[in-house]
Amino acid sequence: MNTQTDDPVNHETLDCTWGNPFGLWGWFTIVNHKNIGIRYLVTAFIFFLGAGVLGVLMRVQLASPQNDFMGPDFFNQVFTVHGTVMMFLFAIPMVEGFAIYLVPLMIGTRDLCFPRLSAYSYYVFLIGGIALWISLFLGSAPDAGWFNYPTLALKEFSPSHRISVYATVISFIEVAALAAAVELIVTILKQRAPGMTLGRTSPFVWSILVAAIMIVFAMPGIVVASVMLAMDRLLETAFFQPALGGDVLLWQHLFWWFGHPEVYIIFLPATGIVSTIIPVFCGRPLFGYTAVVVAIISTGVISFGLWVHHMFATGLPTQADGFFAAASGLVALPTGIQFFAWLATIWGGRPVFKTPFLFCFGFISLFLIGGLTGVMVASIPFDLQVHDSYFVVAHFHYVLIGGVVFPIFGGIYYWWPKFTGRMLSERLGKLNFWMMFIGFNVAFFPMHNLGFRGMPRRIYTYLPDLGWDILNQLSTWGTYLLALGVLVLLINIVWSLRRGRPSGDNPWNADTLEWMTTSPPANYNFAEVPRITSLNPVWKDGPHPAPGVRGLREDAREIIITTSVEAEPQAVVELPGPSIWPFILAVISSIAFIGSIFSPWWYVAGFCGGLMAAACWFWPIKSTVSGKVER
Amino acid sequence: MCKGFRIPIVALLLMACGGPQSMFETAGPDAARVIVLWWILFAICLFVTIAVIGVLLVASFRRRSEGELPVPDKKLGVAMGWGIGVTIVLLTVILTATFRSSDAYAEQGPVALTIDVVGKLWWWEVTYLGENGEPLFRTANEIHIPTGVPVRFRLRSDNVIHSFWVPSLAGKVDLLPGRTNYLRLAANKAGIYRGQCAEYCGIQHALMAFLVIAQLPEEFAEWMEAQQLPAREPKDEMTHRGKNVFLQAGCAKCHTVRGVAVAVEAGPDLTHLAPRHTLAAASLPNRRGHLGGWISDPQGIKPGNLMPATPLNSEDFQALLRYLENLQ
Repeated sequence: MNTQTDDPVNHETLDCTWGNPFGLWGWFTIVNHKNIGIRYLVTAFIFFLGAGVLGVLMRVQLASPQNDFMGPDFFNQVFTVHGTVMMFLFAIPMVEGFAIYLVPLMIGTRDLCFPRLSAYSYYVFLIGGIALWISLFLGSAPDAGWFNYPTLALKEFSPSHRISVYATVISFIEVAALAAAVELIVTILKQRAPGMTLGRTSPFVWSILVAAIMIVFAMPGIVVASVMLAMDRLLETAFFQPALGGDVLLWQHLFWWFGHPEVYIIFLPATGIVSTIIPVFCGRPLFGYTAVVVAIISTGVISFGLWVHHMFATGLPTQADGFFAAASGLVALPTGIQFFAWLATIWGGRPVFKTPFLFCFGFISLFLIGGLTGVMVASIPFDLQVHDSYFVVAHFHYVLIGGVVFPIFGGIYYWWPKFTGRMLSERLGKLNFWMMFIGFNVAFFPMHNLGFRGMPRRIYTYLPDLGWDILNQLSTWGTYLLALGVLVLLINIVWSLRRGRPSGDNPWNADTLEWMTTSPPANYNFAEVPRITSLNPVWKDGPHPAPGVRGLREDAREIIITTSVEAEPQAVVELPGPSIWPFILAVISSIAFIGSIFSPWWYVAGFCGGLMAAACWFWPIKSTVSGKVER
Repeated sequence: MCKGFRIPIVALLLMACGGPQSMFETAGPDAARVIVLWWILFAICLFVTIAVIGVLLVASFRRRSEGELPVPDKKLGVAMGWGIGVTIVLLTVILTATFRSSDAYAEQGPVALTIDVVGKLWWWEVTYLGENGEPLFRTANEIHIPTGVPVRFRLRSDNVIHSFWVPSLAGKVDLLPGRTNYLRLAANKAGIYRGQCAEYCGIQHALMAFLVIAQLPEEFAEWMEAQQLPAREPKDEMTHRGKNVFLQAGCAKCHTVRGVAVAVEAGPDLTHLAPRHTLAAASLPNRRGHLGGWISDPQGIKPGNLMPATPLNSEDFQALLRYLENLQ
């Protein structure tokens, strides 16, 4: 026990060292993970709202047959932007935002390992996102669907700049996501608080680690594909042009090599959120922690063997299809294990139905349906009927809204006190949940049936007398309710920021390390971190245990590096502080990317400019001598 | 809280899945086999849904006494073991059913007829092939097949990717530029089955439909015979004038009428337009009013499609309609 009465830590110096610069100029130099994380979350959420509005617009158009609310040209841009934004500009950045904010707090360190890289990653993401939205307002947004199949996406059939906008925006997101992924992997493996062995690392951190590694392996597929596409369009390289010896299926393989793991890249962190919330509201540790971690890892591995199930209709050899069908069924097993672990935890605990738990409850029931229809579409003959029909639209919205958006909403309610120090209203929270839950089911359940009735996806209109009218209308009404439900969260947020009840440091009596510090956390996260001895440090050691390691300088941004597996202290490293160069490099990369829509020479210009900016970024700073680690 | 329970019930209520383009209105063995598979999948998934939601509800709301001891981990572990075991068994059943069904799907055998289908922007070009693969005649957006015998579709595209889907008859197969796919199917009931492009293919993907008309073999043979004839010659003066309008107003630049005009295959072959059920890739009924509307304002009906409007004075217009109606 720490018996010292006088606090050995000088909080003021520490706060100053880790503090952010002020002013507008200062805003662009901030590198603190909490600021970057919040920026990521807010930006991704705004993109989510925008893409949600596009979803509502589509439902308005489809509410009745032969509706003329939108023409096909605009509708095709709308559904493409809806999908692209939701997948690339909301889902990945949102979970990355959670990770960037929470991971250092959950593993007991003061910042991410490459703080400037996270700032760079954010600006690239922000500029790429804004570019896509501007293209929509200019009527020049991509219109070949979020998976953008050639030859439709080639110059011959899409001569305008629309598809080049797609290729460019994808490049932005690849860069941003890879930067964040690399940073999260290194941080998680090298900066866990002393004693936080891999076996004491929370499931959320595990899920982020696995998702980040998956990003590193999956993204190259889409990097290669989007560069080839840009070259086909700019330089007529003909990778995907069959008339010149290219192959249309090459794109599909490369895209889904990325695209299928992508689903798990956003789904696994969502399960991590659920595995964090459920134990807290059941008042007991997660049952089957080891099984859950093994399930997360094996899901990550298996998800790389599923991509061909998006291509059953392309006429690949039956044997190949069979392998991927089997793998697609197999991935249900680790997911099932996670389900059983959650059910056992609830069974063995005393659940309290606060809003975060309610969203997890909704997640379990909705994702269950999405997962089961997923097993169905892995069944080749059945898939050949429902593939590219509204059945699939229903399926992946159950997976992505039920399986990802619901946990994210749960996560927002759960960590809001950590972010702001205030509570969100429980009453509005429950209203929010039920409106979304009911609205979602009314909107998307009928779509299964529409698929059975032969309604293909991505159609801007349909004829009467096909038996699709009533179900479409029902679905549109459900969408309104779902959208209003989302609106309740916004009201709740505004209300909480103005007059929300102060939350105290640990309002949920939660177990993980981020709740051991103040809410919201100080610039330096933790004055001192205890030696971690369990998976549930707050429950085991109380809110103010004795520090485990001492001797970090207060006047320099020093952090402790620990070994990857056992988390034994290994070294002390000084992190770089605020800098304007990540922002400038992001602007230069953006100019190169956006310029490449028009001419390949912008790549060259961007490369040279980027090189100079990077040189300034990495210009050696006078370093202070590292202190020694003291136990 | 009972919403979770209600889902499967709603599922049952919504299971009435009729309609002219429904996969449940099966008209052939291939589509029927999928429905068998569907009921196996549905039964298993319904069981899992009820079981999981049931456990979730009981776990959440079971009565817990004040001093109740925590559930021992061993007990939870055994329950989890059972869950995993059942999951493995059910997945094995699903995969076995899948592979049995897809083996039957892949079965190849002799076919009575091969029909070449090329996906166009945004319609279907259909060519009937003779025994040695030689083209017999060409038509569009309406495919006749004989009942009771397997036929084979040769599926190609010379532009973007499309997908050939007639839910009542079989699952979909893509038409890929640079590749050739085959689909073998049989209809065992005479009738009209609607199909639609299932792979997003650009601005008019939504209105790229077609009809498959399954006929008794003798009726089909008659149809084949009639289709191979060249276009009917105009009999009266008005029709004759219509033919001239067709040749001079630009129609013949894109549309072939065998024996009259050979176009470079940009648009559908109109040699036997009159008996077809629909126009504009199964988007309009083939009636005089719709035909006239389609000729004068194709961009209003299918914005972005490749057919330009043809401005004509009213007499020429009437004559053209008469001529097209004469193309029996």
